[in-house]
Amino acid sequence: MKVAFTVNGAPREAEVEPRRTLADMLREECGLTGTHLGCEHGVCGACTVLLDGAPVRACLMFGVQAEGAAIRTVEGLAAPDGTLNALQRAFQAHHGLQCGFCTPGFLMLATWLLERPDKLDEDTMRHVLSSNICRCTGYQGILASVRAAAQELGRWAG
Amino acid sequence: MTGWVGRSLPRIEDPALLRGEAAFTADLAIGARAVRFLRSPVAAGRIAALRPPPDMPPGALFVTAADLPEAGPIRPMLHRFDYRAVEQPVLPRERVHFAGQPVAALVAPTAEMAEDLLDEAVFEVEAEEAVVDLDAALRPGAPLVHAVAPGNVAVEGALRQPGVEAAFAQAHRVVEFAFRSGRQNATPMETRGGLAAFDRATGRVRLTASCQMPHALRSGIAEVLGMPEADLQVVAPHVGGGFGQKMALFPEYPVLVWLARRHRGSFAWIEDRNENLTASAHSRDQRHALRAAFDAEGRLLALEAEILANVGAFSTWPVTCGVEPLMAFAEYPGPYKVPAYAARARGVLTNTCTMAPYRGVSRPVITFGIERLMDRAAAALGMDRIAIRRRNLVDSFPYRTATGMTLDEASYVEALDAAAALADIPGFRARQQAARADGRLLGLGVSVFNERTGYGTPAFAARGMGIVPGYEVVDIAMTPTGEVEARIGASPHGQGLATALSQIIADRLGMQPGQVRIVAGDTDRTPYGWGTFASRSAVIGGGACQLAADRLAERLRAAAAKVLQTTPAQVTLRDGQAFGANDASLPLAELARLAHWRSDLFEGFSLAETAAYDPGGTFSNACHVAEVEVDPETGGVRILRYLVVEDAGRIINPMIADGQVRGGIAQGIANALFEEVVYAADGTCLTGTLADYVVPSCAEVPEIELHHMETISPATVTGAKGLGEGGAIGAPAAICNAVSDALAHLGVDVAEFPATPPRIRALVRAAEASIEARP
Repeated sequence: MKVAFTVNGAPREAEVEPRRTLADMLREECGLTGTHLGCEHGVCGACTVLLDGAPVRACLMFGVQAEGAAIRTVEGLAAPDGTLNALQRAFQAHHGLQCGFCTPGFLMLATWLLERPDKLDEDTMRHVLSSNICRCTGYQGILASVRAAAQELGRWAG
Repeated sequence: MTGWVGRSLPRIEDPALLRGEAAFTADLAIGARAVRFLRSPVAAGRIAALRPPPDMPPGALFVTAADLPEAGPIRPMLHRFDYRAVEQPVLPRERVHFAGQPVAALVAPTAEMAEDLLDEAVFEVEAEEAVVDLDAALRPGAPLVHAVAPGNVAVEGALRQPGVEAAFAQAHRVVEFAFRSGRQNATPMETRGGLAAFDRATGRVRLTASCQMPHALRSGIAEVLGMPEADLQVVAPHVGGGFGQKMALFPEYPVLVWLARRHRGSFAWIEDRNENLTASAHSRDQRHALRAAFDAEGRLLALEAEILANVGAFSTWPVTCGVEPLMAFAEYPGPYKVPAYAARARGVLTNTCTMAPYRGVSRPVITFGIERLMDRAAAALGMDRIAIRRRNLVDSFPYRTATGMTLDEASYVEALDAAAALADIPGFRARQQAARADGRLLGLGVSVFNERTGYGTPAFAARGMGIVPGYEVVDIAMTPTGEVEARIGASPHGQGLATALSQIIADRLGMQPGQVRIVAGDTDRTPYGWGTFASRSAVIGGGACQLAADRLAERLRAAAAKVLQTTPAQVTLRDGQAFGANDASLPLAELARLAHWRSDLFEGFSLAETAAYDPGGTFSNACHVAEVEVDPETGGVRILRYLVVEDAGRIINPMIADGQVRGGIAQGIANALFEEVVYAADGTCLTGTLADYVVPSCAEVPEIELHHMETISPATVTGAKGLGEGGAIGAPAAICNAVSDALAHLGVDVAEFPATPPRIRALVRAAEASIEARP
């Protein structure tokens, strides 16, 4: 089936089997391999992307369900010249990653947190980020990174 | 020296990972023909029929043992400890030995098509009785997992020092503790996977694989397939965690390389999470029984350990199935003075997934054992729990252990005292009492341990390993534009090793770390080395980098002396320049250009050096303190505070070091409270998804307070000790001691971990029943 959508602002079309997941479509048809697959059953969150502004597990959606949607992936975060955005810089400064495999999912989830109308507080941050699994960091670096980015962007409550 | 070592330098690895531009194996595999494995659905049985799907589309392949007559078995060797050389066929011909064992490979243009076809493949197996747990495997008359191992015992170590009997005879108190450790899966976020690509121009195969030991993997595959090693390149690209699981030579990799050679193309297998949870490698399924003799002052007089390790169906290559039982056997006394030691350790075969090393290997289990034993002894002797530990910790160095290891300078007592002070135990006791009055159950637990790190070939040779890992080699060179390239055999997979090594090298050469490039994870571009495992890369890879950089510095000084018309001894390297006697200076980039392009000035000079490093090993140490609240109604445990005093010698990059400790503790918390691989009685693995195998999230892992001590090790050239495993080692003991402390008034004593809510509920119920039953 033919699907039309935008990824990181650019219009895309893809010809996909109806059973192909959004994650596989992004990785294989669009070449956007920054979206990683950690479990393919919706638990780990490594494949989290933003679809029309909301975080989704790209392994739990079919590609054809993205018809007409605006998708954002990790590849859309940095500037075209590679300059990291505030959230990415905070992850580097606060050791929010080690192997980096879960990182794109955490970055997209945190991007959503930082763009919500409400300012971010500690409990909300921990609650939402508990959606995803990281095996390397023990999470403290991830939480510190998101907290620091929120502070820098004026999105931290308190 | 410009002092880069010791700084929390941001990692040079991060930007590409943060942009989603770093390539992992699966990212490179797009477009290759997809390989899926047909896996045995039963734990034990005889293969009755194995046939391809009736309608194989063009381009599809079905590969069985019959297609691979030249492939030898995976057969790691241990020349000691009554080792039975269990061998694993790449693909089995006759029998299957665990549910999940690969039986055949199916190749199709896409993974979806391969999986569809697998459903149509014919695999009939006459199921046989499976032995799944230790009791079943050791029962007299139990079916044999492998005929070569009578009684299902694959490896056995025994030691009884003189004086053990006498110590028990004269003991003021004998304390016993028997316990069980649940089976865990390392669960790297990136599963295993490989892409084997045939180069028609050269006839070589490049295997890109998510692995920790690329050189050893290459050797293992070449041996199994009987191919020249030079015709195989193994590349570890970005690797999404390993924690030991990705050390082994798994049968899937020789199949991929065989496919690429036989069919002259590119073939990729990307493991799914179910395969990873059921068919990669497990760890820590052990049962121990301890007896300890104490005198009236709480002095440990003797320790006796009976160690049983369920090693699964095969022996993992290259470390063998001895790795878990024999580490427990050799290292049980840990940081304690044990004047007389007796132990017997057996590795027991079962029809379950094979065991492999996992962060800490057996140390989380033995630390749980000895630290729970210390708490029991303190209670039995009416002593303070800190005091009994302090009385028995090794406090003068070097100290030779009962099993012949040498403990180098460490801070066992100091770390314990510091942790106890920071934990404010009297204050905690007051809060505990107050909480009890409100019906809340708080507990505090301590664990003290040491962690053998950075050990080279002597330590592995002492184990009798057929393949003896240990050294690392570093090739270092300066380019004509003045950057330094260091090619290392170690193979990082998330540790930030490139950053840490660049700090070491930059200091030795008076350069910026940004001028250093670390080349790793490619057998074509790096010298033979052993990879990254066993908390060794910062110590051994770092030591080799330091030695190599020092040799390069000598060459630079000699070259600079010629140009600056002075002697090499007068030349110093700093700020990217070589300074002569009278402050005359020359940028290193200029010197490098001259050395390469005007070598006539230097009598054939070169700026390349090699160094090897193979240390005997060192011991890090730490004290962990956990404060928990236990809900007796649900059995749930909440960690209220987690405190660590850690001593890993000289810290190269504190941020990275802290990350290793915190990440290790998260895995130790998982081991203590959450994660367990569970098998049904018939050998079916019941925990095949991340919904069943519970990996903790940030809702379960608390903030961790870290304090460092720096006992500079005389046993390593950098003074650094490894610390990759310590977090995972200390946490189960500290947490389960805390849980036991919270429930002490009920007489509850945790003797099985993970201490999951159902287990804690069962303990509480049993304790309440026994209290009610009292007259």
